Amino acid sequence: MKQLFTFIKKEFFHVFRDRKTLLMLFGLPIVQIVLFGFALTNEVKNAKIVIADYSKDVTTKKIIDKIEASKYFEVEKSLKSHNEIEAAFREGKIKLAVIFPENFNEDLMHLNKAQMQVIADASDINTANTLTNYISSIVMDYQRELMQNVAISLSITPEIRMLYNPELKGEHIFIPGIMAMIMMLVCVMMTSISIVKEKELGTMEILLVSPFKPLMVIFAKFIPYLIISFFNITSILLLSVYALDLPIKGNIFLLYGEALLFIMTSLSIGLLISINAQSQQTAMFGSLMATMLPTLLLSGFMFPIENMPVPLQVISNVVPSKWFFQIVKAIMIKGAGFSAIWKETVILIGMTIFLMAVSLKKFKIRLE
Amino acid sequence: MAESVIKTEKLTKRFGDFIAANELTFDVKAGEIFGFLGANGAGKTTAMRMLCGLSIPSSGKATVAGFDVYKHTDEIKRNIGYMSQKFSLYEDLTVAENIRFYAGIYGLSNKEIKDKSEELVHQLGLEGETKKLVRELPLGWKQKLSFSVAIVHQPKIVFMDEPTSGVDPVTRRQFWDLIYAAADKGMTIFVTTHYMDESEYCNRISIMVDGVIRALDTPYNLKKQFSANSMDEVFYGLAREAKRTGD
Amino acid sequence: MRTLLFLLQKEFLQIFRDKNLLRQILMAPIIQLMILPWAANYEVKNISLAIVDHDHSTYSQKLESKIFSSGYFKLADYCASFNDGYKLIEGDKADIVMEIPANFEKNLVRENKQKIFLAVNAINGVKALVGTGYLGNILNDYNGELRLQWVQPSKISPIPSIEITSMNWFNPGLNYKIFMVPGILVFLVTMLGSMMCALNIVREKEIGTIEQINVTPIKKHHFILGKLIPFWVIGIFVFTIGLTISRFVYGIIPVGSIGVLYVFLSIYMLAVLGLGLLISTYSDTQQQAMSLSFFFIMIFNLLSGLYTSVDSMPGWAQIITDLNPLRYFIEVMRMVVLKGSGFHDIQHQLIFVIIFAIVFNGWAILNYRKTT
Repeated sequence: MKQLFTFIKKEFFHVFRDRKTLLMLFGLPIVQIVLFGFALTNEVKNAKIVIADYSKDVTTKKIIDKIEASKYFEVEKSLKSHNEIEAAFREGKIKLAVIFPENFNEDLMHLNKAQMQVIADASDINTANTLTNYISSIVMDYQRELMQNVAISLSITPEIRMLYNPELKGEHIFIPGIMAMIMMLVCVMMTSISIVKEKELGTMEILLVSPFKPLMVIFAKFIPYLIISFFNITSILLLSVYALDLPIKGNIFLLYGEALLFIMTSLSIGLLISINAQSQQTAMFGSLMATMLPTLLLSGFMFPIENMPVPLQVISNVVPSKWFFQIVKAIMIKGAGFSAIWKETVILIGMTIFLMAVSLKKFKIRLE
Repeated sequence: MAESVIKTEKLTKRFGDFIAANELTFDVKAGEIFGFLGANGAGKTTAMRMLCGLSIPSSGKATVAGFDVYKHTDEIKRNIGYMSQKFSLYEDLTVAENIRFYAGIYGLSNKEIKDKSEELVHQLGLEGETKKLVRELPLGWKQKLSFSVAIVHQPKIVFMDEPTSGVDPVTRRQFWDLIYAAADKGMTIFVTTHYMDESEYCNRISIMVDGVIRALDTPYNLKKQFSANSMDEVFYGLAREAKRTGD
Repeated sequence: MRTLLFLLQKEFLQIFRDKNLLRQILMAPIIQLMILPWAANYEVKNISLAIVDHDHSTYSQKLESKIFSSGYFKLADYCASFNDGYKLIEGDKADIVMEIPANFEKNLVRENKQKIFLAVNAINGVKALVGTGYLGNILNDYNGELRLQWVQPSKISPIPSIEITSMNWFNPGLNYKIFMVPGILVFLVTMLGSMMCALNIVREKEIGTIEQINVTPIKKHHFILGKLIPFWVIGIFVFTIGLTISRFVYGIIPVGSIGVLYVFLSIYMLAVLGLGLLISTYSDTQQQAMSLSFFFIMIFNLLSGLYTSVDSMPGWAQIITDLNPLRYFIEVMRMVVLKGSGFHDIQHQLIFVIIFAIVFNGWAILNYRKTT
């Protein structure tokens, strides 16, 4: 027991002496939360657009006034020709062009129907969609004003209730994702690099010939990273409660328990990678490919899984982060209890046992 | 008396409050094998790094091969060979590729590189191993190879930082044969070590304790001066006073 | 000059000797380009809808079939009560529960208005908003059809309507892959270049071979060029593979000139490798270099406009994106590939990337010391 303590102490010195790495490990979740929480939005403000008004009548003026008044757009002086509009698009100066054909008002009043054209720069799909929607809702608004006095028969109106997240804030979904990613970084990448480093420098052999059990050597390596992970989870939770106003609905102990389970899963992946890798660079690329990217892509945290082609949906089932993501989402946001997440928990436990078994077997072979 | 190729005067290196090397004054003659002795942390490596142009002195004067260590580090580098404590050949390159690389960056012509490689390989008995990765060689051979590579451009002075640590006694003996061969060709050898038997192979030795040179003479004179039977006794007599502990 | 050749020879030998790493360098981008664009899709579709129909009338059934034929929705289940539907949402089996009240048809005709109740899982705000938007439109349409059936045309007061025809230039089908692939390619080249470059130099520090290099008369800039050139070549090679994949797998043919892309790329690579160099001068171990580059690449990646556009970021974040080389190249890629922009259009971005290349490399050279 005393020996184990000595080893753990040695590992602590290694990890905590390297201030720069530590700063990055603690800083990254904070930066990510700030970026996801405040910088990555789909609301476009002050987009530069061009309006070409060939009709110049009462109605177009009213609609243009409405567009100019909205905070979403910054209207540039009207261009005339189609070619000029295209050139402006190509330079990236404008995002959208609105064109009113001649006789707009006359058409509207006499034919009861008028057409306007909206051209979006769809080389950025997100902005194009958002801006087109803004314009249509402004025009719809205007129409509603026109129709105010007309009685509408047979109306069906939907009554909508937004559950869990009534203000439709975006941050809810990414908190569990950031947790999963940070744990991949700390427990898989950093752990495997630190084990492989000892291999590379030859110090691993010295440790392995010591009277100490080889497994304990590895175990001692895990401890500091485990503590860093707990620290990170706590800081993520504190930030989400106090900076993002997102309370934890479920039981916090359950949440920490599941986090501990996921840390074990990650550490066993890290162990497996470090047994197979011969150099730090291989370990790093291995972790990037095998854990970071799947977490980013296939856990459902950045992109909805149900939209993916079926093969990817199937693959996503073997990504541990996906299950952790669902567990955290259920506990934090829905306030679910253990009965709602026991299935995911069992899957994670199964994965951990499997990964541990494989790596221990490989580890033994390597020693013989 | 031969001319001095290394000359220092009150050469000092400070790291903050810590004085790693304190007012070192000595000179090394051409063709000499000059030993630098000291416990770990005594300041040997720091002194050597200053002389090689790897570290700028805090104060004092020094010239190496006639060049100033403050101003002419590039000229110094062209005239010295260096073999560090850490093994410094590329393990993922072959024997031939390592020789070619180091000969090339010292500006040897292609013909010289070819001749030199053959000579070197022959001298070390590495024929047939030239296509092997350095990683696969036994430690003793690695050390001999890295010495040969360090003198491939026939420098005036070779600096060696504990070149024989971790090597078996037989290989150490062979290693010193290589050093003598180089010295015979007129190279000056500056070597740090903590093996006392090795110090007897040197023409002159200086003993450093806590960043200061405490003794400097031939092994014979030193033994006489401290009325000791062996260099061991001389060294332990001095080292006992050390306040710093090795790292 | 000759020294540089020897350095380059050595670097290439080392890179090609480590077959494992080489395979990873080349396979990683290929695999990612094959998978990423399929996953990175923000289109909202396949919204699962649970239906609680208390009416079971012709009207309610017509409405349901209209919803499912739209293509945006799929049926989660028919539920007998709202509580059953709510359970589906709780278990992530349904995104929206739609409750049609009893006597919907009868009351609609009698009272001239009716309400339909929607409960939406709003954890994913965007999906909730877009999903209810779709449903609202379908309801509106359906409402219009009913009105036409029931009300005499003469009785309908003329409602003036403005029709908006929207066009999406440069990517008319709003194809997400065309949008994502060029950006992803830039991200891959950036990650590969800066990390490999940083790690390679720090590795020499860690192993100790850099000491030996430092006592040789090699000039600083020779050593640095010896490190930059191989990764510059690899970066351009990987980019070429990426363009080939996007041509043959995703059918993306750049509208603009490929020459413009390569000119920009070659300068951009210098900036990226300079960043790697800079990181290497600040780290002593590969672990440090790794976490430093990961930190910066993560920020660069999120603030590059790859996922959400720069225009929709708050002011402070937009200022950070001005200092993000990745952002400029992604802009240029999308401009050239989708819009066919030329040198004239991208000069702003080009100037910025040149400045990055000079600053990063200059800073790194100043900071890289052969002596302490």
